[in-house]
Amino acid sequence: MSRFQVVSGKGGTGKTTVAAALALALATEGKRTLLVEVEGRQGIAQLFEAEALPYEERKIAVAPGGGEVYALAIDPELALLDYLQMFYKLGGAGRALKKLGAIDFATTIAPGLRDVLLTGKACEAVRRKDRSGRFVYDYVVMDAPPTGRITRFLNVNDEVAGLAKIGPIHNQAQAVMRVLKSAETAVHLVTLLEEMPVQETADGIAELRGARLPVGRIIVNMVRPEVLDAADLELVRAVERSSVARSLSAAGLGGARRGQNAERLVDPLLQQAEEYAERYGLEHEQRAALSELGLPMHELPLLAEGMDLAGLYELAGELREQGLS
Amino acid sequence: MSRPDPAHAHDTGARHQTHHPHHLSPARLLGVDPLLDDPGTRIVVCCGSGGVGKTTTAAALGLRAAERGRKVVVLTIDPARRLAQSMGIDSLDNTPRRVKGVEGDGELHAMMLDMKRTFDEIVEAHADPERAAAILNNPFYQSLSAGFAGTQEYMAMEKLGQLRARDEWDLIVVDTPPSRSALDFLDAPKRLGSFLDGRLIRLLTAPAKLGGRAGMKFLNVGMSMMTGTLGKLLGGQLLKDVQTFVSAMDTTFGGFRTRADATYKLLQAPGTAFLVVAAPERDALREAAYFVERLAAEDMPLSGLVLNRVHGSGADRLSAERALAAAENLEEPRIVDQEGGKAVLRNSPDTYGSSESPASEAPAPDEGSPAALDTERTDGERTIDELTAGLLRLHADRMQLLSREQRTRDRFTALHPEVAVAEVAALPGDVHDLAGLRDIGNRLAALRPELPEAPGAGG
Repeated sequence: MSRFQVVSGKGGTGKTTVAAALALALATEGKRTLLVEVEGRQGIAQLFEAEALPYEERKIAVAPGGGEVYALAIDPELALLDYLQMFYKLGGAGRALKKLGAIDFATTIAPGLRDVLLTGKACEAVRRKDRSGRFVYDYVVMDAPPTGRITRFLNVNDEVAGLAKIGPIHNQAQAVMRVLKSAETAVHLVTLLEEMPVQETADGIAELRGARLPVGRIIVNMVRPEVLDAADLELVRAVERSSVARSLSAAGLGGARRGQNAERLVDPLLQQAEEYAERYGLEHEQRAALSELGLPMHELPLLAEGMDLAGLYELAGELREQGLS
Repeated sequence: MSRPDPAHAHDTGARHQTHHPHHLSPARLLGVDPLLDDPGTRIVVCCGSGGVGKTTTAAALGLRAAERGRKVVVLTIDPARRLAQSMGIDSLDNTPRRVKGVEGDGELHAMMLDMKRTFDEIVEAHADPERAAAILNNPFYQSLSAGFAGTQEYMAMEKLGQLRARDEWDLIVVDTPPSRSALDFLDAPKRLGSFLDGRLIRLLTAPAKLGGRAGMKFLNVGMSMMTGTLGKLLGGQLLKDVQTFVSAMDTTFGGFRTRADATYKLLQAPGTAFLVVAAPERDALREAAYFVERLAAEDMPLSGLVLNRVHGSGADRLSAERALAAAENLEEPRIVDQEGGKAVLRNSPDTYGSSESPASEAPAPDEGSPAALDTERTDGERTIDELTAGLLRLHADRMQLLSREQRTRDRFTALHPEVAVAEVAALPGDVHDLAGLRDIGNRLAALRPELPEAPGAGG
């Protein structure tokens, strides 16, 4: 199992939720995971119903079985100062750079440099060891940028290493790429059973493979329960309206004759079944398209009550059962 | 929720005079057609978080405006391939292409932003050929223009400014980049402008302008330390590349700040309409609230919220709880049958539609006891019962979804009662062609009748 788990996916597919559930799932007994956020949305704090995270690793949850989940929201500006301090002992110079607008330049004007800092910080956490030589975190899970940007995001250090051909930045960039391109890293893609996210997943995998980045698993999120199966749907097309009305009436929903309550439910209910059938067909196509990508696939259910902390633990349990941890 | 509601900061401001802690006022309705038909509307900007159908909304608005007689160009940033195909364009390049199959007198053009191409064009247009070549070949420039995310925002703004300046279209619909922080595209020009005017650029360009190290004595000690630090950090060659790039930019982009300021003012002007696009989900609406607040803070004209993928039900008088109970009633007798007993339905006779449902009419006079209450069900009837139970469970799911969406929407409306809303009914599938976009356009423009217009709401 790779120690650095990167979770990407099209916007709106729930990658933050999946990353958080994965961090919980990996925190089995005695293990410690770090959940890293890089997009400054404070999505992790909201999921765990906690205060906004500072730029500091802090314990955010205890997993079932006693493992611990730490969380870190990386602030690029602080990460840069941190980095300057750590590598070059440039505390004072860092402040001077800030005054000049250089920090702002590095973290906002040149977003590529921001990506260098974000990936660099995450890789530092992956490699960090305590005094006894053990890894501080058993796993680091990153809630990463969306599929459309993930390859460029992870590969930014390659580009930097090419630009800065010698010097400390070059060395640092190469060290980061060594982690990212090794078996220590796995990039997972979260998708829905819808056309655009599936297409984007296929494109993203091709891009990642092209850049020789290690692709992990496909996680299909928010899978709706199968309420009606193929046989039911066939019956929906053939069924007599009046017999459905009688059945509804038998269930206590009013009279079955024309204009009575049970009868008036038939059309809208069959209409909903037709919509369901259309979606059911599309979902089957998308599932088939995904399985052609040749990656391990996992499915997480849509939570009927919406996403909350209890739901997060439920999804973590699902991931454990499906062998992701 | 632990996050302080950002809107509370506004409650004391003049912009929000009303606050309804207990009573939710219905959302104002956003009339899409009046907006698109108004010749004064020259730019429509669609913003919102990723995955809410922003690009599709922009394309559907563009098509609708064109079919209502306007000459429209849609600027998309990163469309799904299928969407480009839906407009009959296989590869959207950096120039507007006319979309075929548009009905009516108007015209629809579409283009996709190629950010490297846009950047290159600016350089070529504003520098002499020799200098342009030097910039285009600079390795730092090549990375910045093609490799790094975020350049998109600057280039989108630049392109918008260009399209507007050409004045060939009477409406420009812009889809904004899927930025990590919501309104990067608003900040981008300012940031680049302040960077180009800033001290850092003077520092970086100074040695080059003054002729290398000989000039260093003119700089104060702090600055020379900085150059040394940067050299140490970046490596000598990269620093030289950056300096060359920056000094070339300095002359080439002399007018950039002016143009960026002009584009920013254009966005604030009355001819511009911002639409925030969202889906009725917690995260998407939270982002939408953030957009609304940012736009207000920047004095950007917000027209309203487009709420995509809203679900409805033709049977919304039947609650999820009652549907589930009825489904259980239908499934239970089967178990009784297996034990050799008689199918007995335990539910009471019809109470549905009497008191609990707001939309109910008086029950029909002859609605007596339910059919087949005491009779044994035949095999055929049992098959139908199973199917009906499935239909009822499906309906219960739908009703739960509906109430979740309603709660999320109400929360947004309570925080931002001033924002007009257009709801777009969910489609079961994806959009593949102009007909699909037209359908979305119809749904966008259909004012949902069950939401009465609040007094004083504009069209």
